[in-house]
Amino acid sequence: MKQSLRTPIFLAALTLLQAVLIFVVPAKSTNVQGYVDGDFFHLPDLSVNVLVSGLIALFVMLIGLVVSVLAVVKQHRKTPRWVVLAFGVAFSLQILLYLYAGKTMTFTSLMQGSLALAVPLIFGSLAGVLSERVGIVNISIDSQLLIGAFASAFAASLSQNLFVGLVAALIAGALVSWVLAVFSIKYVVDQIIVGVVLNVLIVGLTNFLFSTLLGANTVLFNMPPRFEKLPIPGLAQIPVVGPVLFNQTLIVYLMYFAVAGVWFALFKTRWGLRVRAVGEYPKAADTVGIKVYRTRYISVIIGGAIAGLGGSFFTLGQVGAFGKEMTNGAGYIALAALIFGRWNPIYAAFAALLFGFAENLQYGLAIIGSSVPSEFLLMLPYVLTVVAVAGLVGKVTGPAAAGKPYIKS
Amino acid sequence: MSETKKLDGRKIVSEIFNAPWLLTVLAVVASFIFGGILIAASNANVQASAGYFFARPGDLLAAIWNAVSGGYEAMFRGAIWNYRADNLLSQIKPITETLAFATPITLAGLGLAVAFRSGLFNIGAKGQIIFGAMLAGWVGINVDLPFWIHFPVAVLAGVAGGALFGALVGFLKATTGANEVILTIMFNYVAELTLTYVLKTPILQAPGAVNPVSAAVRDTAKFPAFSDQIRVHTGFLLMLGCVVFVWWLLNRSTLGFQFRALGHNPSAAKTAGINIGLTYVLVMAVSGALSGIAGATQVLGTEKFLTTGVAASFGFDAITVALLGRNKPWSVLAAGVLFGALRAGAVTMQANQNVPIDIVLVVQSMIVLFIAAPPLVRAMFFLPKQKGVAA
Repeated sequence: MKQSLRTPIFLAALTLLQAVLIFVVPAKSTNVQGYVDGDFFHLPDLSVNVLVSGLIALFVMLIGLVVSVLAVVKQHRKTPRWVVLAFGVAFSLQILLYLYAGKTMTFTSLMQGSLALAVPLIFGSLAGVLSERVGIVNISIDSQLLIGAFASAFAASLSQNLFVGLVAALIAGALVSWVLAVFSIKYVVDQIIVGVVLNVLIVGLTNFLFSTLLGANTVLFNMPPRFEKLPIPGLAQIPVVGPVLFNQTLIVYLMYFAVAGVWFALFKTRWGLRVRAVGEYPKAADTVGIKVYRTRYISVIIGGAIAGLGGSFFTLGQVGAFGKEMTNGAGYIALAALIFGRWNPIYAAFAALLFGFAENLQYGLAIIGSSVPSEFLLMLPYVLTVVAVAGLVGKVTGPAAAGKPYIKS
Repeated sequence: MSETKKLDGRKIVSEIFNAPWLLTVLAVVASFIFGGILIAASNANVQASAGYFFARPGDLLAAIWNAVSGGYEAMFRGAIWNYRADNLLSQIKPITETLAFATPITLAGLGLAVAFRSGLFNIGAKGQIIFGAMLAGWVGINVDLPFWIHFPVAVLAGVAGGALFGALVGFLKATTGANEVILTIMFNYVAELTLTYVLKTPILQAPGAVNPVSAAVRDTAKFPAFSDQIRVHTGFLLMLGCVVFVWWLLNRSTLGFQFRALGHNPSAAKTAGINIGLTYVLVMAVSGALSGIAGATQVLGTEKFLTTGVAASFGFDAITVALLGRNKPWSVLAAGVLFGALRAGAVTMQANQNVPIDIVLVVQSMIVLFIAAPPLVRAMFFLPKQKGVAA
């Protein structure tokens, strides 16, 4: 009972905040721009008065709050998920309009930036899903991203071939996750310890190699080619979503396939059923003849390879060169995204998009010269995660056997 | 007759092989060997002589020996005893540097040891150090009081900063069941960004400064120095006191018993009448308080003003120190001094031998990995497999 009242209380607090904001923020207009050159048709700019939209948002939020309270108090049910979703969308959109009050918001570029930041997060959270679904807690996503970034830049620079870089990223990520698997499965070391230590080991190793190799001979070791954007004819011209989703590099398209593929493999194949069985109840899985250790190794290593691929986005997809600690903690946010997305690849991908959006806000706002200190905007993903694990989601229940070593007797 | 004799002999050997200290030593040795490989591989002379290895193999071996021994010799000179210096103070300066690094590392490591022993995986030493340093720094810079009041108040502010930031995690875990690993990782980022913010605004930024740095801590709030030539200060003594305190807390006090009971088996602790939620909060408060002291010793003693880098890599160092010390206060102290020496030595190694300081991170994490997996170390050094196998 106490548990289920948390959501209404949380929603009520946000509603109150929204009501206060309506009075505080001056009633300016926000200009929303959705058109990019080359779209099929010209979408007119939209001028939104923040007072009007604020009242609409407040109205939607109030309805959501009432539905939530009714569901919990009268019917003793959980707040329906769509209510929380609608509430969240109304609130976030309105906050966005407030932040841009009196300025022009180019929606497309805001979204493009968000997706760019979300791509490695999505790859990382897929790695986490594959690893945790099979019962191995993966704190070391960050190291897998980082080594992927390093290996792809290094290999692509030496060979001047992008695909060699991608393969190197896959192998490097798989290697790191193999170490995680060996220590967790064979040596039964606490998985969180291995994860934390691996993160630092890879930071140390890549920093060391950066200083001694990449820095010493940049032209030879750290000048990889970059992936060009490949607009998909037809799809890329759809207004608003086209330029965001379908005018991207190969790595982003691979990401779409990876999300769908991991979801399909986990929930629609026999292998996925086995993976989930091992992650929930390894003893039972063992009893029916599933090879627990082998399943764990395979799933964790595939996850690491995917994360390594995600790491290549930092170098081959974006910057074009490796930099020290260039993941900047993305692996930890990917971890949060996967918890936020409840260990489901598709939800996790959306959660990662949300985090990417939150991270991107600071750049968007810096351009228009907003007065909100950038530190607070940077804090947003982390605060969001704390709110998620402590407030909305509460006691998130991951795979039952995650973090517990299985010792075959 | 001869068989029993033989057995006895083997028993002694197996006891030596199974001693925990041997594995610790071997783990450290193995990590240094790995570090040596990295040093050799990145050395220009080694790379050059590897090119004509088959013509003159001796050159390669000599180059490897020079690179590795040069590197570790520099590390020794930077961490323990500089025999090349001409006066005593310069000769013993390295060991004081080691202790200067060991002070915050050990303090934060003690904090984490308390949490780990209680079954809470606190990754948040970094954030707790930062909050401790921030509050201690604020009191030390902005408050005007005589030494005997100002200094203790500033240190206590550091304790409070770390303790509150830690207790918040315990509170959230107790009330919502949120995972403390995720919470502490996120709070580390929140703390870092908060620090950057206060150092860029008049809250803590030095008047007229362009960079995010604070004004200097007032003399009345500083840890008394041993000498102005060396960086280690009386915070070191406070650290030793904390080691004793944590030993007493964990092994002799009722509260410590409750902490350990929680760590062993939360359900059993609950059945025994221990208030689990409150204990979570207390564990995290004590753990955070120790990291807070670490922050205070940095800002009030070593650095004497606040920068964004106040926590350096002490947050991670603390994790490795707690693990290497197996969460026992005296062992944590030993591990803290070892890693302090690594840090101090690496500075010299980078300056003299061009070996990047990041090698410390590699050696440190290898040590922890090896310590955590004894069978791996046994296999590497061809030791008998398990206890009793040799007998």
